[in-house]
Amino acid sequence: MTSDLDLLLDGPAHELAAAVSFRKVTARQVAEVSLGRVAKSRALHGSFLHVAPAAALAAADEVDRRVASGEAMPLAGVPLAVKDNVNVAGLPSTAGSRILAGFVAADDATCVARLRAAGCVVVGKTSCDEFGMGSSNENSAFGPVRNPWDPSCVPGGSSGGSAAAVAALAVPLAIGTDTGGSVRQPASFCSLVGVKPTYGRVPRYGLLAYASSLDQAGPLARNVRDAALALAAMSGPDPRDATSLRSAPPELLERLEAGAAGARIGLLAEAEAPEGGLDSDVGAALETTARLLESAGATLVRVSVPRVSLAVAAYYILATAEASSNLARYDGVRYGARREGDGLSGLYRATRTAGFGPEVKRRILLGTFALSSGYREAWYERAQRVRALLAIDFAEAFRSCDAILCPTAPQPAFRIGEKGADPLAMYLADVFTVPASLAGLPALSVPAGLSRDRLPIGMQLAGPAGSEPLLLALGREVERAAGEWGRPPGAIR
Amino acid sequence: MKIDSELVRSVARLAALDLVDGEDTRLAEELTRVVDHFETLRRVPDDLLPPLPAPPPTPLRADLPAGEPGERPFVTANAPEASHGHFVVPRVVSRNG
Repeated sequence: MTSDLDLLLDGPAHELAAAVSFRKVTARQVAEVSLGRVAKSRALHGSFLHVAPAAALAAADEVDRRVASGEAMPLAGVPLAVKDNVNVAGLPSTAGSRILAGFVAADDATCVARLRAAGCVVVGKTSCDEFGMGSSNENSAFGPVRNPWDPSCVPGGSSGGSAAAVAALAVPLAIGTDTGGSVRQPASFCSLVGVKPTYGRVPRYGLLAYASSLDQAGPLARNVRDAALALAAMSGPDPRDATSLRSAPPELLERLEAGAAGARIGLLAEAEAPEGGLDSDVGAALETTARLLESAGATLVRVSVPRVSLAVAAYYILATAEASSNLARYDGVRYGARREGDGLSGLYRATRTAGFGPEVKRRILLGTFALSSGYREAWYERAQRVRALLAIDFAEAFRSCDAILCPTAPQPAFRIGEKGADPLAMYLADVFTVPASLAGLPALSVPAGLSRDRLPIGMQLAGPAGSEPLLLALGREVERAAGEWGRPPGAIR
Repeated sequence: MKIDSELVRSVARLAALDLVDGEDTRLAEELTRVVDHFETLRRVPDDLLPPLPAPPPTPLRADLPAGEPGERPFVTANAPEASHGHFVVPRVVSRNG
């Protein structure tokens, strides 16, 4: 029995859900085995910040009761890891920050509640860069996370713990959040599928805000079908998020096996020589993926989105400006840690100075600068106008193609500590993910091979607003045609 | 654009952050490098830039009171210090002032 459960946990979430639904195994049995792996993943890779065995087993029992009563659930009994900047009722949310020490969420984020309704069992909260600010998970106040493909390397970020947990086979599915690439880039570094939905598709209620005009939650999974199932469950309007899209989400699973025939795939001219360079293995994987889609009946066209080269600058002005405002709430009064100071303003300063880490402080200062009197027009407002221009660029590009293919990141995973001293180098590596974020477009990262050092490489497919069904079908085609890339050496059994 | 220590200290004041010795100099160097990269935004000719986009209208929702302060313990449940359903802060108004 144990080996059957292990095989189920190694495999796709949708097969595990079928086994629970047909009562071949119970959700409790699955949760027990998953919790064992979660404990190992936490010890080996630092992927989890909080694990909730009792709550997970109680939730699994509830799923078993629902199954017994005849309820159909697309993700019945699937263990779920949740990034620590997303609220789960009764569990801590630190967002990787010391300033939220002791914070316990009163209720579930909408996306968590919806995945529970679909049958998921929350096993714990995963490590992340503090408040989502980072691309390596090295900015967590609770230590770095190790990549199961190579423990000396980062798993990517900011959803690094979620990615490491899924890659290590501790859970089949995790929630991440993506402000400028924080689901897609760790998916790429850990050979996973990661989806950043159209802005507003997944409600933000219950997410700890970083940059509200960009933040979106999305799934991290080991295959496209699982990602589609999770995204379908998470999507839809929510009266508690004023920016959630009012329209019903598109059907994601019907067209999943539709293939790539007839699709026009744009190859991004600006991806050929990004500032900071393109790794040759990543360049080769891009070429292979493009040919693969062409063999499946897609047409390749060269497209240009001229303002892609300005996206990093615009993103780091706008995201930090929003962060400087959003993080003003952490003042030692309403939640988290408090440091006494001289009077009320002294208390604010002492709390924030002790509570925030260096990257968060850097971004708060940058954003405060961009919004401050005398600089706002030159920096913040100009970045807003460039953002609008970028959206026009994309609209123009989508007249000649249905989706744009480019690498998710210019390099595979780098070593822990390698880029820590140079914030700008880290920011520039976001060159391929921030454009879709700024334009509010959906994008997914799909595994596309391994480098000569056996580190995963991911390819990004981005499309017009609402094109998730097409992007998932194209991602599924890449997955089907390219085959398996094996398991990471750090997979847990 | 060069960001100097004085500008860093002034922005830190606005952001309610204290800087330790030497941090202003280090941050000035780091932020100058980042802001130098931001200068790329100036390469776009003004006449090409669309006007500043208006924020999208915010749909209003029903304003439903969740009860009296004392009936909402979850609001203050995470507060470092709370009393009778209120957040406790250092005294900001003196008795004689």
